[in-house]
Formats: sequence, C-alpha cells, structure tokens
Amino acid sequence: MEPLVNVTGIVMPMDRSNVDTDAIIPKQYLKAIHKFGFGDNLFDAWRYLDSGEPGQDHSKRPLNPEFVLNQPRYKDASILLARQNFGCGSSREHAAWAFRDYGFRVLIAPSFADIFYWNALKNGLLPIVLDEAVVDELFEAVQATEGYALTVDLPSQTVTTPDGSRHAFEVDPFRKHCLVNGLDEIGITLQHADDIRAYEQRRAGEAPWLFQDLA
Amino acid sequence: MAVRTLYDKLWDSHVVRQEDDGTTLLYIDRHLVHEVTSPQAFDGLRNANRPLWRLANNLAVADHNVPTTSRAAGIADPVSRLQVDTLDANCHEFGLTEFDMMDPRQGIVHVIGPEQGATLPGMTVVCGDSHTSTHGAFGCLAFGIGTSDVEHALATQCVVQRKAKNMRVNIEGMLPAGVTGKDLVLAIIGTIGTAGGTGHAIEFAGEAVSAMSMEQRMTMCNMAIEAGARYGMVAVDDATIDYVKGRPFAPSGELWEKAVANWRELVSDPGARFDREVTIDAASLRPQVTWGTSPEMVVSVDGAVPDPESIDDPAKRDGYQRALSYMGLAAGTPITDIAPDKVFIGSCTNSRIEDLRAAAAVVKGRKVADSIKLALVVPGSGLVKRQAEAEGLDRVFVEAGFEWREPGCSMCLAMNADRLEPGERCASTSNRNFEGRQGYGGRTHLVSPAMAAAAAVHGRFVDVTRI
Ligand code: SF4
Repeated sequence: MEPLVNVTGIVMPMDRSNVDTDAIIPKQYLKAIHKFGFGDNLFDAWRYLDSGEPGQDHSKRPLNPEFVLNQPRYKDASILLARQNFGCGSSREHAAWAFRDYGFRVLIAPSFADIFYWNALKNGLLPIVLDEAVVDELFEAVQATEGYALTVDLPSQTVTTPDGSRHAFEVDPFRKHCLVNGLDEIGITLQHADDIRAYEQRRAGEAPWLFQDLA
Repeated sequence: MAVRTLYDKLWDSHVVRQEDDGTTLLYIDRHLVHEVTSPQAFDGLRNANRPLWRLANNLAVADHNVPTTSRAAGIADPVSRLQVDTLDANCHEFGLTEFDMMDPRQGIVHVIGPEQGATLPGMTVVCGDSHTSTHGAFGCLAFGIGTSDVEHALATQCVVQRKAKNMRVNIEGMLPAGVTGKDLVLAIIGTIGTAGGTGHAIEFAGEAVSAMSMEQRMTMCNMAIEAGARYGMVAVDDATIDYVKGRPFAPSGELWEKAVANWRELVSDPGARFDREVTIDAASLRPQVTWGTSPEMVVSVDGAVPDPESIDDPAKRDGYQRALSYMGLAAGTPITDIAPDKVFIGSCTNSRIEDLRAAAAVVKGRKVADSIKLALVVPGSGLVKRQAEAEGLDRVFVEAGFEWREPGCSMCLAMNADRLEPGERCASTSNRNFEGRQGYGGRTHLVSPAMAAAAAVHGRFVDVTRI
C-alpha cells in the first residue's frame, strides 16, 4: 500500500447524498480478476453517456459534459468532497480501487457507509468525517473558487483551507499507523500468530463443533 | 458477569487480542467465498507465498456470474467465464471445498450456508459480500468484508475490527396475514433510513420476530445492511435449533447436545443495555413497495409516490427529485397505478422455499399479464429448486407464464445475462433499487415474493392481502 502522510490537492465536489457503490463502480467491472485498472470506470454510468463494458477502449466513449468529473476545473482533483452516507451498498473493494486508480487520495463527507469506509483505509485512501456545517461551507467554497485546494495532514489529523482555517478529524490509530507507513495488515496480524493458535486451542475445548472440518 | 447483549456475547467469545485503542483481532469460524471478491485475494496470497491458515473452514461457490439457463452449455460471456474458472482454479490449487457450477448443492452463497449447516449459531461468519448479515438470523456475528479482508481471513483466520454499538429494533405486535418479514424490514429501513444503523449491530426482537420462520428472519437480517448496519441478528430459540438439526455440516450425537446447550445462551440478557432502541408497530403494517432509488424510499402499497415539494430538507428534496426522474414517476401517483415490465423472484433476500411457496400460492390458477415482458423465478439453490419441483411449484409458475430457472444471483445485480434494459421497470424481490442495479437504466421496485407474484398476474402493483 502506498503511504499517505500529507496531501495538498484540488477538491472535486460530489453534491448528492447516499452515493452507492453501484454508482461508484458498476457491476460489469467487478468481473475483473486483478486489482488495478478501475480508474476509467469510476462513476461509469454518470460519467459516460453510453453503457460501458469491461475491456472496451474507454477513451473513445462519449463523455457526459454535465458530470462533475468531466469538468476541466476538476481534472486533477485528488480530494473528493461528498455528502452523507457516502459509499453505501455493497462490499466491493473495487469502489476503493477505482478512487485510488483514478488518483484520489482523500474523501471528505459528513458520514460514510461502514464497509466502504474501512475498504478505503485499506487501500491508501483516507476517508475524513467532518461536521455537516463544515462540509456545507466547503461545498460553497469549492463551487465559488476555481482551483480550490485543501491540505490534509494525517499525522496532525487536520484539514487546512486556503485561508488557513483548520479542521481536526478523527482516525482509527491502527489504520493511521498502517496508512502513514504503508504497512501490510496481514504481516502485522501474523506477528500475533501465537495468540491465534492459543485462542484456537482454548476455543476448541469450549466449542469443539466449531472445529469440525467442512468436507 | 455483567448483563450482555447478544452482540456483546458473540464479540467477547471471538476476541483473539485487543489493543488499548480498541483495535481487535477477531477470530473467524466460517469463511464463505465466491467468485467476484476472491480472485485478487488469492493473487495476494500467491504473491506473498502465504498458505491458508485453516483450510477446512472455508466454503466456496460461484453464484454471481452463473447463467440461470442451461448450465451444460457453460458461460457464454468470456469475462464472466474467466472469473468463475478462476475461482475453480484457486479452490483447486489451495484445496478449498467448493460447490462448482454443476454441483446440485450450488446456489447463492447466503442461501447455501444455512442450508448446509455450514452456518451454525454462535459463529463468526464472513464473506466478501455485504449481505453476509443474512447469517445473523442464526444468532451469528456475520458480516460482509472487502477483498483485503478476504485475503486477511484466508491467511490468518481473523479480521481486524472495532466493536460497533448495540442497537435493538423492537417489533411490537404480530404481522397481519400476507404481510411478511420483507415488508417489515423495508418499513424499518423507511423509518430509520439507509444510514440509520451505521456503526451499529442491529438485533431484531419482539413478538413478530419470535413467531417468524428462520427464512423470514434471514430476509430481515439480509437487509440490515440496507439500513446501514453491517450486522443484523436474531436471538437463538427453538426455531433456530430445529432448522439447524440434521443439516449436512451440523454437529451430531453428543457434540450436538453440547452445542445446543451452548447455543441456548445466545440471547440478550434481560436488562442488557442498547445504545439505541427503535420500536416498530407490526400490527398496522401494509405490504411495502419502494418507489425510488434507495431502499428507504418506500411506502405502503395503498400509498402514493411522495411529492418532493413537501420535503423541507433541501438535500433530501433533491434526492427525491432525482429518484423520481430516474424512475420515470410523477409525484402523487398511486402505487397501484405503477405497471412493471418485468418481474424477478429470487436473490439471497427472497429465493428460499417459503418465498417460492408464497409466490406460487398467489400465481396458482392465474396467468402472467400480457403487459409483462418477462417473469423470472430463480431459486436460491439447487436444493431449493429440487424441493420446489417435488412440490409442483415449478409447474404452477410455468403454467402461469413464468420462466423457471437455474439457481444464482441472476437479475439481483445483473452480472450474468439476466438484466433490465434501459427504462424497464421491475417488480423485484431483491434488496437494492440503486440506479442501474438490475441493468443500465433499469428501474427497480422492491417487494415481497407474494407482492411480486401479484404484480405479475395483474400487470401492476396490487395489495396482495386484498386479492
Ligand atoms: S443475490 Fe444479490 S445481494 Fe445476494 S449475494 Fe447475490 S448479488 Fe448479492
């Protein structure tokens, strides 16, 4: 995982609530068997005017000029500003991969759906929850100012606006550690292999039916 | 020990280690694997040269991409075929137990787990699929995970979690005849909203839930995720234990007795504290129909499509307007004036034998309306299909003009060939009415199986309790 410490980037507004993972990456792209290459299909159904299929040359498809992602002023955005319950729906990690592959690093919203939130953190993306009132202000500022950028600093857990005002955010300390250092979570867990074995041994005594093989 | 909720008990018994900040390594008893969210996980294991921690704990099945027409011809779409072949190859290479596409036990992962007794009370159950909450009906801590966690669970038999808050949804009174667990859970989502359970584990409790069959409880827990809760659950009682008894992977003999004694404890203690409680009145509930593009956009069948202008919150008003335009509906339209083009009875929400019986009871002796282009019944598993055929349900459906298909996810998310065309409207027993969920531009109305069957024969939504 690519470490994430400090990001300064253009902000793209996504002004609707309950954006679901089917909208972030439609089901036809879930047929892939690899972990990369989803960036062209982020928000596929909203971004293009036709319905796309995997394996197609997406650069040849007609773009929806109305959709925010296609507006030149947000071309280089790396921070997404969104509304409540962002990422609701399925557990598809492809939604996080699509943001990552497109080039987003930070997502800001008043609330996120649980599974999406954790999936994002596991893929080098930082989801930040800010107060609804702050998010409202940011939406106004982004829409009013072309090139509007924010600075996000993970070690100090702050978002800084161009006029210098700072907003603190919460982040799970373990995830922060993994994100800042770009650490592989499985490797960390396997350092506790003895604990897992001890648990299994104790549990197999208490509840042996859980240790019957499926076969 | 202090009084605890069901969720507290399930959590406590699976903690391998907990850090001071609450980060917890949670042990996983059962891992269900399907073709869509696993290939990248197996790739990761291969790349890091990591073995599976506990092989015999995993059960794999292909369900999302499988065709629901003749299986003998294989999968026509090469991209779908590659994904299913990749699952087969990975299971073979790593040695997982798999029900492949031709196995009579194959079916939707959330149907086959309980059906096989692979899901047992008190277990932690994970799957790379958000509707894993279904298994919570058995007093399980069951939750959907992303692909990183699929890999993590395969490699370590654990996932890293933080404890959620406790929430109880109390159902008061009994459901009227013809009103089902599906209607109830839709009404709950309508009340608390699709983010109402975010950060919480929901326990469904009360008279109506106690009186429900296991299949209805599964339908309810299945849609806990649609209320924002990663976990939905119901306490263990006689119905739970009766359902599990004699299933292929369930314990037997002395081990069974020991297990049952343990499972009886899987209830919230009297006086246990919930961070949030919600009460829903069951007795006055009518069948529910969603009108929009989020499961919370739902009304009673005797209601009408709401008017966005009546909504004060501007963001919500906007959402309503957008949903109405996507759905091609005008504010104020009575639900019973809405005419579907297609009908889909299936999905991990409603494709079990009781669902098919309820639909068949409505269809029997009637015909699918001429205006319906396609009416599909897709059983949840090969064994559900066989049981339905033994009861003659397939003939009821086919004589009425339904298509009787092979098991799989099918038009719930349209990864296989079954899908809506742009603009088509569907009465569906599935769980999500998101834009494009059942096909690009498709419009979904979520309903119970009996309501879907009634819509098929009448060509529009009708109150199934009044026909
Ligand atoms: S039936 Fe639908 S919701 Fe259930 S697992 Fe399949 S695709 Fe997911």
